[in-house]
Amino acid sequence: MDRLIEPADEDGLRTAIADAVADKRTLAVSGQGTKAGLGRPVEAQARLSVARLSGIVHYAPDELVMEAGAATPMAEIEAALDECGQQLAFEPPDLGPLYGQPPGGGTIGGVIACNLSGSRRPFAGAARDHVLGIRAVSGRGEVFASGGRVVKNVTGYDMSKLLTGSYGTLAVLSLVTFKVAPRPEATRTVLLFGETPADAAATMEGAVDGPSDISAAAYLPQKAAARSGLDDVARAGGPVTALRLEGSREGVAERTVALRAALATSGETEELHGRRSRVFWAEAGSGVLLPKAGEGGDMVWRLSLPPAQGIAGGGMIQQALGGEVSFDWAGGLVWCAPAPAENPEAVDGGAEKLRRIVIEHGGHATLVRAPEAVRRRVPVFQPEGGALAALTRRVKENFDPRGVLNPGRMFEGL
Amino acid sequence: MEMPAPDHRIISRRRQIARSLRRLVPADAVIDRAAELSAYESDGFTAYRQKPLITVLPVDRDEVAAVLRYCADEGIKIVPRGAGTSLSGGALPLADGITLGLARLNRITDIDYPNRAVTCGPGVTNLAISTAVSSRGYYYAPDPSSQVACTIGGNVAENAGGVHCLKYGLTTNNLLGLELVMMGGEVVRLGGKQFDAAGLDLLGAMTGSEGLLAIVTEVTVRILKTPARAVAFLAGFDSVENAARCVGEVIAAGIIPAAMEMMDGPAIRAAEAFVGAGYPTEAEALLIIEADGPEVEVAAATARIELIARRAGATTFRVSGSEAERLAFWAGRKSAFPAVGRLAPDYYCMDGTIPRASLPLVLTRITELSREYGLAVANVFHAGDGNLHPLILYDANKDGELRRAEAFGTDILRLCVEVGGVLTGEHGVGVEKRDLMAEVFTEDDLKHQQRLKCAFDPDGLLNPGKVFPTLHRCAELGRLHVHRGQVPHPELERF
Ligand SMILES: Cc1cc2nc3c(=O)[nH]c(=O)nc-3n(C[C@H](O)[C@H](O)[C@H](O)COP(=O)(O)OP(=O)(O)OC[C@H]3O[C@@H](n4cnc5c(N)ncnc54)[C@H](O)[C@@H]3O)c2cc1C
Repeated sequence: MDRLIEPADEDGLRTAIADAVADKRTLAVSGQGTKAGLGRPVEAQARLSVARLSGIVHYAPDELVMEAGAATPMAEIEAALDECGQQLAFEPPDLGPLYGQPPGGGTIGGVIACNLSGSRRPFAGAARDHVLGIRAVSGRGEVFASGGRVVKNVTGYDMSKLLTGSYGTLAVLSLVTFKVAPRPEATRTVLLFGETPADAAATMEGAVDGPSDISAAAYLPQKAAARSGLDDVARAGGPVTALRLEGSREGVAERTVALRAALATSGETEELHGRRSRVFWAEAGSGVLLPKAGEGGDMVWRLSLPPAQGIAGGGMIQQALGGEVSFDWAGGLVWCAPAPAENPEAVDGGAEKLRRIVIEHGGHATLVRAPEAVRRRVPVFQPEGGALAALTRRVKENFDPRGVLNPGRMFEGL
Repeated sequence: MEMPAPDHRIISRRRQIARSLRRLVPADAVIDRAAELSAYESDGFTAYRQKPLITVLPVDRDEVAAVLRYCADEGIKIVPRGAGTSLSGGALPLADGITLGLARLNRITDIDYPNRAVTCGPGVTNLAISTAVSSRGYYYAPDPSSQVACTIGGNVAENAGGVHCLKYGLTTNNLLGLELVMMGGEVVRLGGKQFDAAGLDLLGAMTGSEGLLAIVTEVTVRILKTPARAVAFLAGFDSVENAARCVGEVIAAGIIPAAMEMMDGPAIRAAEAFVGAGYPTEAEALLIIEADGPEVEVAAATARIELIARRAGATTFRVSGSEAERLAFWAGRKSAFPAVGRLAPDYYCMDGTIPRASLPLVLTRITELSREYGLAVANVFHAGDGNLHPLILYDANKDGELRRAEAFGTDILRLCVEVGGVLTGEHGVGVEKRDLMAEVFTEDDLKHQQRLKCAFDPDGLLNPGKVFPTLHRCAELGRLHVHRGQVPHPELERF
């Protein structure tokens, strides 16, 4: 698979896909390729890079809207937003380091194609909630658009959502339009030290419903906390519960005092301001607090569970499979690195057992990091059955009838 | 506006079909007497009427599945219906189709406070969800003005919004899970109580699909804790331009209020005459803004919003001093449609969305069009997200007025598209805006949307005649036209 096709514009992209359809040539689609390790390994005859479809096309800060080529680097988008005091509310995590790459890479199209959201997700929505419109080329080699530049829009089906999180298996994004948000004036994170998992579950649940109006809640068991780049967290010597407050300067100051007072009976507290608060959530949201590959973190899972079941579910998995877990989304997201199996070639690394527990707790599991051979063998995304699997297949067949786009990236044979 | 030609072979089998249906659901759930069918002949878009072939009112998922399986086998079309409040004719019946009323699937089956999730039948009304959880201090955020009547299933089908969507999102942003019955009777579950659903985002694709993809038989929504404090402001202006400027400046200042609504002079006066909300009747534009959250944040926002409003030229500015007063401020807005409805025998409610910056331009054009068409118009809208609801006043009994009102409405929607907006923000395309879809979408855009439909409903039996101006057969849409992409700039390739 050494042939690289790198179209200069959307029309070139259309041509490339139309030709692939005509020649029955399969394509592995990428932006910068930072997330190649996410998903099943793609066996394709050529690589299709959209890297040249890059650049911010339209940015209207007062309308809270930005439009950019699919391969626009996240760094460029974040710099432009920063200049106007804005941000992406869904806080896309930088997964580069999880795959052994330097931080700061990735493209907006990649974030959207994988529907990646960070710690603010329970409070502000996911990537899919912020996509307003798309232009894309389907596996039929035809350009289509959906949505627009306005926030409220039910004109036709929401194809933007269909493509968000479809990992380039239905169509290749050329242009994306998304909502942006004002950056809060102030940010503080309250750390609470030494809670047991059960207590942390109660603290997070109480905080979500409580008067402080938090915008993130995470629980790092001791080992995960110890890997933090922040002294306060790394030297805690025990687990850390973290709650974030955002808003006006005076408001955040006052709410922090109130929150710390309310938590005082549960343990010792500390607070992180500004940059240190940002560093904390960048770490908590991107899985880097789990062991590295080769050091116990060969297999890393991201489990999406009903938030009140997260801590219990994560605990059961850890009991069954060993290794480490760490929690975000007020318990709704569990990062999990089961202890490496003695003979990883022979087994599924505990995948089946893990998935059984996850299903019992009402959620689903994605294997976000694993050696290629494992990802070929173990379903990366929650396997589908029955009528749902048939429906997924029909959607794929309607958009990419010859299966030229990212074959097998989400599901085997699709 | 043309509907698909009815199939007379189906119509002639009406009695036999009703008999077969009575074997699948209780006899009283099958309505086939003309007098009773009249109740179903239109929805909130009353300009068009058609009696359905038969109406069926199942009580649970299994009955829905049995009816769909039968209809799929017999090639009978289905029109889903919730409460029938659609303003775009989404539930307009077909002469040869069964109207499938989901209102009897109206039980709340699970309230899960720790996960902040409510699971219920599609026939539960929007307000009933908030009511069920209010004693514990929770609510369901999307609040369409029709919330007393409209069903959550209808909300999913239309991706309904409300005044609080600016901060809390539309139905799609508050939906966690769905159970669907496909046209062939298969049951599919999407999402659950977790934040992110697995697989392709079919949950997202279902929301706003106007009953064309599958029947929703169960809905799980996210509920929220009622904010510690909520305060509403009334800001009066002598011009729409000033009010629009205020809206832009609030957003530009980095404030996302819980709601930011605008009413123009005619709407203000109509609402004030109707409910006496204390609106400034001499104003030409009124903003109703709400800030919510922790006390201290609301106080900070209040000071900043007042400053911005005064700078933008607000002639009056009031802050609600109590919960009762806050509700009174909203009462006028919430009853604006019926209030305006008293000014003329009929009104036609539009629903375009535009970029906020073009508000003054579009409102000026609407005033000019109103003069050209000789029909009065009142504007009530979700200013914060640029979603307009011009209400065109007319009298259907006067010759040609309905036509004129429709032509006026079409011009407004074209204008919305011209300035970079869209045909509908929350009411849906239905039959009403169907023939305007080509103004926004190319042939290929529409074909790809229909391919999604083909994946769900390959025989096109669910709600045909809605949303798409031309219905292509799935066999035709599925055919792959292999054509090399000949273009002037050949792709660059590296080996
Ligand atoms: C006075 C008034 C004010 C309104 N205000 C608002 C507002 O503020 N915001 C807003 O968004 N809308 C508003 N609406 C429009 C309307 O209330 C919404 O579109 C609502 O979501 C429709 O719900 P319903 O139960 O009445 O659905 P119906 O009108 O019965 O049906 C609407 C569509 O949904 C489909 N459908 C219904 N149930 C199902 C199901 N279970 N499975 C699959 N498809 C189904 C139907 O086929 C149809 O296409 C208003 C309407 C009125 C009359």
